Amino acid sequence: MAGGTYEKYKSDGSIGGNVLEWVDARFPATSMWRGHLSEYYAPKNFNFWYFFGSLAMLVLVIQIVTGIFLTMHYKPDAALNANGVPIAFASVEYIMRDVPGGWLIRYMHSTGASAFFIVVYLHMFRGLIYGSYRKPRELTWLFGVGIFLVLMGEAFFGYLLPWGQMSYWGAQVIVNLFGAIPVIGNDLSILIRGDFVVGDATLNRFFSFHVIAFPLILLGLVAAHILALHETGSNNPDGIEIKANKDENGIPRDGIPFHPYYSVKDIVGVVVFLMVFSAVLFWAPEGAGMFLETPNFYPADPLKTPPHIAPVWYFTPYYSILRAVVWNFFGLDAKFWGVVAMGASVVIFAFLPWLDRSPVKSIRYRGPITKVMITLFVICFFILGYLGTQSPSPTGELVSQICTLFYFGFFLAMPWWSRMDKFKPVPERVTMK
Amino acid sequence: MSNQGKMDCGRRRLIVATAAVGGAGAVAALVPFVSSLLPSERAKAAGAPVEVDISKLEAGQMMTVEWRGKPVWVINRTKEMLDSLPKLDDQMADPKSAKDMQPPYAQNETRSIKKDIMVVVGICTHLGCSPSSKFKNGAEEGMPADWQGGFLCPCHGSTFDFAGRVFKAKPAPTNLEVPPHVYLADTRILIGEDKKGA
Repeated sequence: MAGGTYEKYKSDGSIGGNVLEWVDARFPATSMWRGHLSEYYAPKNFNFWYFFGSLAMLVLVIQIVTGIFLTMHYKPDAALNANGVPIAFASVEYIMRDVPGGWLIRYMHSTGASAFFIVVYLHMFRGLIYGSYRKPRELTWLFGVGIFLVLMGEAFFGYLLPWGQMSYWGAQVIVNLFGAIPVIGNDLSILIRGDFVVGDATLNRFFSFHVIAFPLILLGLVAAHILALHETGSNNPDGIEIKANKDENGIPRDGIPFHPYYSVKDIVGVVVFLMVFSAVLFWAPEGAGMFLETPNFYPADPLKTPPHIAPVWYFTPYYSILRAVVWNFFGLDAKFWGVVAMGASVVIFAFLPWLDRSPVKSIRYRGPITKVMITLFVICFFILGYLGTQSPSPTGELVSQICTLFYFGFFLAMPWWSRMDKFKPVPERVTMK
Repeated sequence: MSNQGKMDCGRRRLIVATAAVGGAGAVAALVPFVSSLLPSERAKAAGAPVEVDISKLEAGQMMTVEWRGKPVWVINRTKEMLDSLPKLDDQMADPKSAKDMQPPYAQNETRSIKKDIMVVVGICTHLGCSPSSKFKNGAEEGMPADWQGGFLCPCHGSTFDFAGRVFKAKPAPTNLEVPPHVYLADTRILIGEDKKGA
């Protein structure tokens, strides 16, 4: 198990063996390999939902590698070139048209951003239905929420870089959200932009955050997420602790070594994922305007807002929640409360481990209330997401208000509804259904 | 621990003092980094006033000029447009322009120096999008039937009249901002400054 002690490698006399022994005396190579891979025992009943953790790692690697190569050609400069086109916008078009293979790397990066959120949302949904956030894995969950927040920041900063119309006006709206905070708001939004309007200073600092600051934080959080997971061991679809039942060698009876069993199984997931990913990449890289929005093919124009602006799909549920709040409270603008509601709708995930009071973890042994609540939550999430892509309308507003109410009700009433449910007896050992 | 139960208070005080001084130093070190995020001297200096020639602006037309990176609209309002203003008073959030969104010389019924010429910053006071002009009647512009003409913000649906006044119960909290401006001549406006040749 992770954190355990392993004997140092003893060479068998071969050259390779000698090298490994030399390294192992100076660096915990064998111990890390065993603790995290060959002797990390994961429950043997992982199902479909358990692909998305390793897929998220894969997408992270795709984003970092493609990002490194894009940075070689991209120029974060809002000034106009000789043709009157912003240099940043022109450099993206240069990557798309003139850099050999540039179009592919750029589309991998832009499609990768959407893929990242799809994979992470499915990964989070897995945690939700199998109670993976419950004791003792609260910290793993909290690091995960941190990853999600940083990922949203990373995506937001990255979306400004092509310096298209949607980049510009999206950033304008989101940065102005901070202006809604009483007293400090206006100064805070100026501090974020580095100017009185979204401009060159904003573009340069967002570039810096996007390529250095946030990826570093992200990698640190991912390491913490995995270390915390390997400390407690993985949950599983039955939501029972495999460590409660160990054999005479101290190995969980329902555990199998991550490597080779799950490393090989995950390759199947990787292949299927890459098939879908490549299909989007080659046949629909703009995702029908969902992954790359049409107005972003026009250079940023500070004098003209496109007729319809909406965030990229992965932000739209929260954007709907922002728009749903139209009432003033306590003498503060609806604008401020909208921002608060939007922030709360993301941060509230962090409280799940303490909101869920059900005596069992997995949805398999929980009753109809849980199933109905989670189903409604997912439906609300999709409706909010859809409405966020649409222009504001009175009907849409009412529906988004109802969904917002349910969204928060799902979390805030969870201490009660999670206890009220009917429960089935939980088995001693994992099941293979 | 060799001397259990006994604390070396002198050493403890030293640790606390060292940590406090180190902490203060770390906080002080943040100052240059945070201040580097503020608008630079160059950004602050970029707010030069803009001169606009409106001699070719026909009645009912609008032109957009850039001032401090923001769109400023100059609208030559027709009599019809001006007549719509008082009729809308009861639908407005701030019909008398009580909130400080204009210089004192534009705090009047038409929110302008000259009755027909409107000068206004074309940035929605909600979240900073630029509203689109919807000058024609409701049916032609896809607006409600009683629409008298004005502006619609595409982002969150705030609506404004021909004086940049915001309609009630819309996300935008205040009227559009009227920038400081002055007439250098009958058809020449300086936007960004109040005084001629200052």
